[in-house]
Amino acid sequence: MKLDEFFVTGEPLVYGGMVSIVLVTSAVIFLLTYFKRWGWLWREWLTTVDHKKIGIMYILSALAMLFRGGMDALMMRIQLAFPNMNFLNAQHYDEIFTTHGTIMIIFMAMPFLIGLMNIIVPLQIGARDFAFPYVNALSFWSFFFGAMLFNISFVIGGSPDAGWTSYTPLSGAAMSPGPGQNFYLMGLQLSGIGTLATGINLMVTILKMRAPGMKLFKMPIFTWSTLVTCFIIIFAFPILTVALALLTIDRIFGAQFFTVTGEGMPMMWANLFWMWGHPEVYIVILPAFGIFSEVIATFARKRLFGYHAMVWSMILIAGLSFLVWVHHFFTMGAGAFVNSVFSVSTMLIAVPTGVKIFNWLATLYKSKIEFTTPMMWSLAFIPSFVLGGVTGVMLGMAAADYQFHNSYFLIAHFHYVLIAGTVFACFAGLEYWYPKMFGHKLNERIGKLAFWFFVIGFHVTFFPQYFVGLDGMPRRVFYIIPEWMPLNVISTVGAFGMGVGFAIFVFNIYYSYRNSKREKTGDSWDGRTLEWATPTPVPFYNFATVPHADKYDAFLDMKEKGETTFEEEKLEPIHMPSNTGQPIIMMAIAAFASFALIFEWITLAVIGLVGVLIMMGIRSFDYDEGYHVEVDEIKRIERDARGL
Amino acid sequence: MAEHSKRFPINHIIGFVLSIVLTLLAAWAALGSDLPVKWIIAGIMTLAVIQAGIQLFMFMHMTERESGGGHVPWNMMFHGFVLAAIIVAGSLFTMSFGFTHDHDDGGSHQQEEQQEEHSGH
Ligand code: HEM
Ligand SMILES: [Cu+2]
Repeated sequence: MKLDEFFVTGEPLVYGGMVSIVLVTSAVIFLLTYFKRWGWLWREWLTTVDHKKIGIMYILSALAMLFRGGMDALMMRIQLAFPNMNFLNAQHYDEIFTTHGTIMIIFMAMPFLIGLMNIIVPLQIGARDFAFPYVNALSFWSFFFGAMLFNISFVIGGSPDAGWTSYTPLSGAAMSPGPGQNFYLMGLQLSGIGTLATGINLMVTILKMRAPGMKLFKMPIFTWSTLVTCFIIIFAFPILTVALALLTIDRIFGAQFFTVTGEGMPMMWANLFWMWGHPEVYIVILPAFGIFSEVIATFARKRLFGYHAMVWSMILIAGLSFLVWVHHFFTMGAGAFVNSVFSVSTMLIAVPTGVKIFNWLATLYKSKIEFTTPMMWSLAFIPSFVLGGVTGVMLGMAAADYQFHNSYFLIAHFHYVLIAGTVFACFAGLEYWYPKMFGHKLNERIGKLAFWFFVIGFHVTFFPQYFVGLDGMPRRVFYIIPEWMPLNVISTVGAFGMGVGFAIFVFNIYYSYRNSKREKTGDSWDGRTLEWATPTPVPFYNFATVPHADKYDAFLDMKEKGETTFEEEKLEPIHMPSNTGQPIIMMAIAAFASFALIFEWITLAVIGLVGVLIMMGIRSFDYDEGYHVEVDEIKRIERDARGL
Repeated sequence: MAEHSKRFPINHIIGFVLSIVLTLLAAWAALGSDLPVKWIIAGIMTLAVIQAGIQLFMFMHMTERESGGGHVPWNMMFHGFVLAAIIVAGSLFTMSFGFTHDHDDGGSHQQEEQQEEHSGH
């Protein structure tokens, strides 16, 4: 392969991308060397198995991915506001909406939420780490390398361009030759390993490592949402794994599962994809529900209304989410009976979702609301998400969907649920738990400024899209007719508003790092659940003594009784896992193997795979059982942290 | 590591060897044997069931007290089976619009015959 086939050539925007990648990488390398921070990076971060640090790395990567996906979005919006300017050509536009969708769902929404779960769930249940800390590190690195693999495609080899849904036969070898589509397949496959492992890891952690006394129905609601999400992950992700593997075998080894010519079933891809894909949208919304529930209960200063109904509605949603996938291809021609069945099951999902909305409203009812920034996100979520849900039900009516399908109406629907649901929740959760992670709050005034820009920008962007969709504008087009122009221009203006909001949000991180008051207590918001019982910054072992938590809102109870997580007479040595470089090395080798497979360099891929197996062998004979933190050291750390 | 050599995993070794033997046996049945096809299919299905049993009981903690005497794994397996049923039955249900893949048994369904007429081959 020649070098100019390896690198993408001819696009000024891509050259710009290359230059900035080189610049940023050299700047990072320079800074690390200049400040002699390589050892620190390796010891403190790259080899860590601490769930809090892994969570922070997840969130940082997710923010970077939000930036990348957001740039893609702005480029698309520029193109659609000035279709005659030739800013993007058809091919480039296709590549950009594909990477935008894939990155936002797989590499932004999920990692962001998994990052928050990583940090918060063990703290909420009184655990000292995950059940399998080593696997947790492995999960992160598999996600990270999967994301990098996918992200590099636009400068090396060429981006995938068949949509985030990657429908066959378009994405098959015949119609999409070259490495582009392989980047999609291998990037998702690699990061999928991590997602599945995290699902198992968190489920075991929640089921096995709760503080004494904490029954399942006494768990904080965010932990419940995580548990239900893990369940969906464990049962949905294998479907994606299989579908990706089949398509990979089709494309690289010449099988005919999804081809037209070789007696394959191209529509089977859509079927399998959405069997995973619909549960996937609930994987990214249920944790968001959990975050909003925590934030609303905290700042309404009330116990969450209808806790049991909240939990059961999540369980019901999880179950139903496996029974509605056909609503994504009503128009494929499955016939009236099939469509009717899935139409009904789709509308059924709206019922438990509605139950949750009413429970939040009831929690807010007659409460004294504190308008902090996380609470503002949560309050903005409720009406915005209702709009998304109601239009979802409209889409769920199979007959009507023949009109809406693949129009901007659909685009507006899923952005209303994904942004007003998941993205608002990520921001709310990050701001809410920020003091726990970094020892200081984010500035409220700047936070609110970001909030208003982002929320108003969001509605200005996506509300018009319902109407331009009803006017017949299809999704995934790079050129539009004059009739659709005005609404598209409005959308673009809104999109830049969201961009400004995001920029202010990120600036706030920097500003607050410099200027915010440092937290003295661990309990920044007068919280109700166990994560606020730990001192800030959280010691690496989390809880010096694990509290007895037999009440719902366990920390409220502890505060009443005057208990802490540092009961000197109960101290015992704490068993902790050792750091290890194996996860990052193993996944780097797996990424190498995947990269080789993307370019169909089979020998190299096999060598990489053998490397992964060797790493697994090394792990099997790894008898490092961790170490103990002695009582004296715990005392010293806790007294320091608590100012005793 | 004295502590580890004490609990030498004899069970695991037996299970490991057995599962490899079963795999080789299945591969031989499919590739190297002259048995009739029906026998091969029945044979490798039986081997698969034994193989699954070995995995579950020798490696997957099906009987340990820590997993509730197998309660937890059975619970997850139950859900796994339900999901597998949804995937298979659901795919057959939704994907049954006019696909035909049989070429050997002479098209016993009416729908398939119609299909053949339409596509004219
Ligand atoms: C009240 C609940 C909901 C209902 C009834 C519903 C219904 C639907 C229907 C029928 C479609 C397919 C429309 C078409 O392709 O013509 C759809 C698409 C979609 N929905 Fe929803 N939905 C709901 C909630 C959600 C949530 C909570 C999310 C994610 C957080 C979500 C994300 C999506 C996405 C991403 C798509 C489009 C995928 C694509 O084609 O690229 N939906 N929804
Ligand atoms: Cu769906």
